[in-house]
Amino acid sequence: MTRYLIERIGQAVIVLWAAFTVTFILLHVLPGDAILIKFQNPDLGLGPQQIAEIRASYGVDRPLWLQYGHAIGSFLSGDFGYSIQAGVPVSESIRANLPPTLWLTGLGSLLAAVIAMIIAFAASLSPFAWLRALVRSAPALFVSIPTFWLGIALIQIFSFRLRLLPVIGAEGWRGLILPVTTLAIPISAPLAQILVRAIDDVATRPFVAVARAKGATHAWVLWRHVFRNALPPALTVAGVLFGELLGGALITETVFGLNGIGRLTQDAVNNQDAAVLQAVAVLSAVGFVVVNLGVDLLHPLLDPRLARKERVLS
Amino acid sequence: MTVPPLLDIDNLVISYDDHGRRRAVVHGVTFAIKAGEVVAVVGESGSGKTTTAQSIIGLLPENGRIDGGAIRLNGTDISGWPQRRFDGLRGVGISLVPQDPGVSLNPVRTIGSQVGEILKIHAARGTPRRAIHSRVIELLDRVGLNHPEMRAGQYPHELSGGMKQRVLIAIAIALRPQLIIADEPTSALDVTVQKRILDLIDDLRAEYGTAVLLVTHDLGIAAERADRVVIVKDGRIEEQGPAAELLAHPRSDYAIQLLSNVPSLARSTPRQTITPIDGTVGGQDAVVVEGLTHVFAGRHLAGPRSPVIDSLSFRIPTGTTHALVGESGSGKTTTIRAIVGLLKPTGGRVLVDGHDVATLRGEALRRFRRTIQLVYQNPFSSLDPRQSIGRMIEEPLLNFEPVAREERARRAETILERVHLPRTILDRRPRALSGGQRQRVAIARALILDPRILILDEAVSALDVTAQAQILALLDELQRDLDLTYLFVSHDLAVVRQISDTVSVLRHGVLMESGPTETIFTHPTSDYTRDLIDAIPGRRPASPISSNRYPTPQILQEASFS
Repeated sequence: MTRYLIERIGQAVIVLWAAFTVTFILLHVLPGDAILIKFQNPDLGLGPQQIAEIRASYGVDRPLWLQYGHAIGSFLSGDFGYSIQAGVPVSESIRANLPPTLWLTGLGSLLAAVIAMIIAFAASLSPFAWLRALVRSAPALFVSIPTFWLGIALIQIFSFRLRLLPVIGAEGWRGLILPVTTLAIPISAPLAQILVRAIDDVATRPFVAVARAKGATHAWVLWRHVFRNALPPALTVAGVLFGELLGGALITETVFGLNGIGRLTQDAVNNQDAAVLQAVAVLSAVGFVVVNLGVDLLHPLLDPRLARKERVLS
Repeated sequence: MTVPPLLDIDNLVISYDDHGRRRAVVHGVTFAIKAGEVVAVVGESGSGKTTTAQSIIGLLPENGRIDGGAIRLNGTDISGWPQRRFDGLRGVGISLVPQDPGVSLNPVRTIGSQVGEILKIHAARGTPRRAIHSRVIELLDRVGLNHPEMRAGQYPHELSGGMKQRVLIAIAIALRPQLIIADEPTSALDVTVQKRILDLIDDLRAEYGTAVLLVTHDLGIAAERADRVVIVKDGRIEEQGPAAELLAHPRSDYAIQLLSNVPSLARSTPRQTITPIDGTVGGQDAVVVEGLTHVFAGRHLAGPRSPVIDSLSFRIPTGTTHALVGESGSGKTTTIRAIVGLLKPTGGRVLVDGHDVATLRGEALRRFRRTIQLVYQNPFSSLDPRQSIGRMIEEPLLNFEPVAREERARRAETILERVHLPRTILDRRPRALSGGQRQRVAIARALILDPRILILDEAVSALDVTAQAQILALLDELQRDLDLTYLFVSHDLAVVRQISDTVSVLRHGVLMESGPTETIFTHPTSDYTRDLIDAIPGRRPASPISSNRYPTPQILQEASFS
């Protein structure tokens, strides 16, 4: 187990380095730069000389490889540089914006998992064939709804028509209901699709017939035998969906005017604030790596056959 | 006054929904099982035997439906019962021993919880966990599992196939049902394990007085274990009656044909040897295996591994058939892979036509591959479902010298004729073919390159007896016409006896004995070979347990299968 863990952490480090490097190169290859955007404003009355000095103060006049080395060094020591636009350390903006995004994505993925499970169970337990067919078509519908449209539609219905929830500026949990739902529905669709298919597949295996032959009811067998065997493929997909979750969070935060990493990213893109984008990219990569490592470590817990190697050795 | 039989199946009709059309698979089947009796339903695949068994326990596939007739259990018709009502009957009144123990236990739950589950489902509310657990241990012990406490905590993958089947039997007998449906309970197991499992079912039946519906394709098993035999074909009963009587004097054409096709029941007619076996000179050997040893390298730091094959030696004279016999894990597959050059053995060497396989390179290796071809076990998975038969048969030609399209088609047709398939199947897909036809295609594909040696890896094991007999006859004919050398790998000694000139018996990678087939069968020198021969089903009539408990008709004593 330890050996496996060390291997996986080694891979994670390589992935993070690659993500850092690719982002770094991309951000420098793109035309335009943050300093020009901020200081070229004629109202500030800065001459080329002064702008060059500002450039030097941010260290962006040095050769690219030196900047790269410097950036890697400071990232490793936890220093993400300065946001040019906001004029504050990037770590500070991230610290301020991370908690709301964690709430949004955490609750969003939880709700997505719940929706997916409800669809999967309903697709096989519903009493009528037509109802099961209807439930089965839900994921295809959900997956084709764009996040921004869903957000706007939910605001239209629940805030303007039904006046159940405030549009913007609601505090606490009330303000999270619509954004979390907006984020969860498109994420739940692929999960539900995989889960329904996996359940159908597991349901045809002989051990399910054996469980039925013991006198277990359909629901008992589904919960105790089928579901756990159907979970691993859904879990793998859930890990990959983390990317969708981040993209969805960006759009959701923009639509609902919420503070968070998504908003921070969007502002940084508008202002070509390279330091912020670099930090956000690395942060996303860390999230992705950690989530997928977690998924891989969960598999042996779900399926004892995967844990066999270690047991034989110990 | 007559007591109704335990199970009375009356003119049962079952159909499946086949893309909107109903296709009947069971047409008016009628038979009965008395309390404590073993009735074998024997038939080939597609005969409706499993469908009939599934309907009794209310577990027909979703597209299956009972269209007519009755299934009476103790006089009550259960054929129209809803699932909810069946839940109370399953496990309590009727239980199931499934076909393939390897896939019939939930891989993610412990043995103990899966045995305990049947107790839990039907237990009164508030039954203490301890009571269930101790009953589980008792059951595991009863079905002959060693260390039942430890087994209860293990997962299915930690048990062998035979042990898993014992666990499934423990589940089936847990609530002492009146009827156990055993659907091909041993066809996925090795012969020696098969015999022990059937013995166990016999014992438990005697102890609990449970009736058994034994569904099987193996007339040998039916002959040995059942009180009465029902022979089905295409969803209709061909013949039924007391086992001994039916087998000694079958009346229907189908039963007569079936009996003559079962290798273990056929009066043994020793195969006519093609070439003298003893005194062969080295130059005449098509395959020579010398001191073959193979050890799989461990991926991790696991200590020294025991070899999968340990200094194995045998030779196959040209134009003869050598059988490699062994149960799973005996090293048969590794040996084959070493012979065809797919695996480099850690020790020893393999000579094919005098050339050391391991030293062949480049063009010589390509030419070698032409001379030796493989036919695999499962004709259902070894053919690509998307390619036409013609294309599959021609394909090997594309790997060698360029052959014009017309020439390829001509050769494919010639080969088809050789394996007795009609030309019309060239455009079909494997799906449209029966198991026997598919195996003929596999043989045709192997033959198109004009090989000298065919390796037949359990090539008839997945087939019904009728198809099996036909393929064996075909192989014999091809060998005589084309002077082929066969290496016949099998676990089925009865089949081996029919087809091979010489035999090697393998166990855990070690050669137990080797020699001419008849000598091995009539005078085996190793205990293991004797066990294997004893385990062939159908060598003796129905077990003494059942004959003691029920009046024995005179005919039973007359019947003998030695």
